[in-house]
Amino acid sequence: MNGLRGLAWLLAMQSVGELLSRGLKLPFPGPVIGMLLLLVALRLPFVREPVAACAHFLLSHLSLLFVPVGVGVMTHLGLLGQYGVRMLVVIVVSTWIGLAVTVLVMRAFREQNDV
Amino acid sequence: MSNFVELWVYLSATPLFGLTATLVVYVLAQALYARLHQAAWANPVLWSVITLASLLTLTGVDYPTYFSGAQFIHFLLGPAVVALAWPLWERLAALRQHWFALLAGALVGGLAASGSALLLGWAVGLPNDVVLSLAPKSVTAPVAMGIADKIGGIPALAAVFAVVTGMVGALSGKALFGLLKIPAEGNGWMARGFALGTAAHGIGAARAMQVNTDAGAFAGLALGLQAVLASLLIPLLFQLF
Repeated sequence: MNGLRGLAWLLAMQSVGELLSRGLKLPFPGPVIGMLLLLVALRLPFVREPVAACAHFLLSHLSLLFVPVGVGVMTHLGLLGQYGVRMLVVIVVSTWIGLAVTVLVMRAFREQNDV
Repeated sequence: MSNFVELWVYLSATPLFGLTATLVVYVLAQALYARLHQAAWANPVLWSVITLASLLTLTGVDYPTYFSGAQFIHFLLGPAVVALAWPLWERLAALRQHWFALLAGALVGGLAASGSALLLGWAVGLPNDVVLSLAPKSVTAPVAMGIADKIGGIPALAAVFAVVTGMVGALSGKALFGLLKIPAEGNGWMARGFALGTAAHGIGAARAMQVNTDAGAFAGLALGLQAVLASLLIPLLFQLF
């Protein structure tokens, strides 16, 4: 029951986020606003307990949620045939740069003031 | 035989097919991944995508038909982004204590990932709308689609780029961090997890969660932070330049 109540909270926050995003033409997508709203609401124990159960379940199966979009690669086979290797090289190299820069920036701060 | 064909035509056209196929293939890929001691190359998203795309091609089911069922899983990406408030909340104390290092890592790392993708994309001569779809690739898929739409990219392509980016991060993170001599202990886990969440969003975070709880929590935090920063900054930077 807690899991279900948690899902209701998540969907409610997402809906409010969606309304705010569109209504006020905010730069953030609805789910991101929902996340920020939930972060504030988590101070309340009656929100926290159900959300914990549901969030844990949802986030522990996070990779499954990317599969449907990933399969969409098959609709871009033409583009893939023409630019596939180049796109892959760009993605691989820029991901490595992103990972390395993030981890090195964090380590640099750690060495300065023992983060 | 013709009866079987008729049944197949019926089944493959209902939403039940896409939903069932996605879940069954993923559960099998996950079991294989566990059996192979969670080796990075056995990534369940990678093999699920390859298996399903091959299955659809072989059986002649087109993507929209498949997606009519798979959309029920896809839909959960929205609530999952909202659920990221949980790891943020859990690490609020760490966030307060290390806010400068975390914010700097998220900002500089996110800009490096996005900027290098844009520059490299233009350098190798990819079409403009493809390059623009590369910009939000280190943000979780549903947010990446929104950003791509705003800056003139192709949302569906941006989602695929985001998924591939996540897989690259999950597959090669460990080796790269080893090469950079980031320790696999204590604060090293924090930096490793945070970098995976920043540059490889949900798929990188999922990998981090399986390897180490500390790394996983900071990956979740980074993923949430990146969604906020990127949806604010990428469209803004494109407006300025």
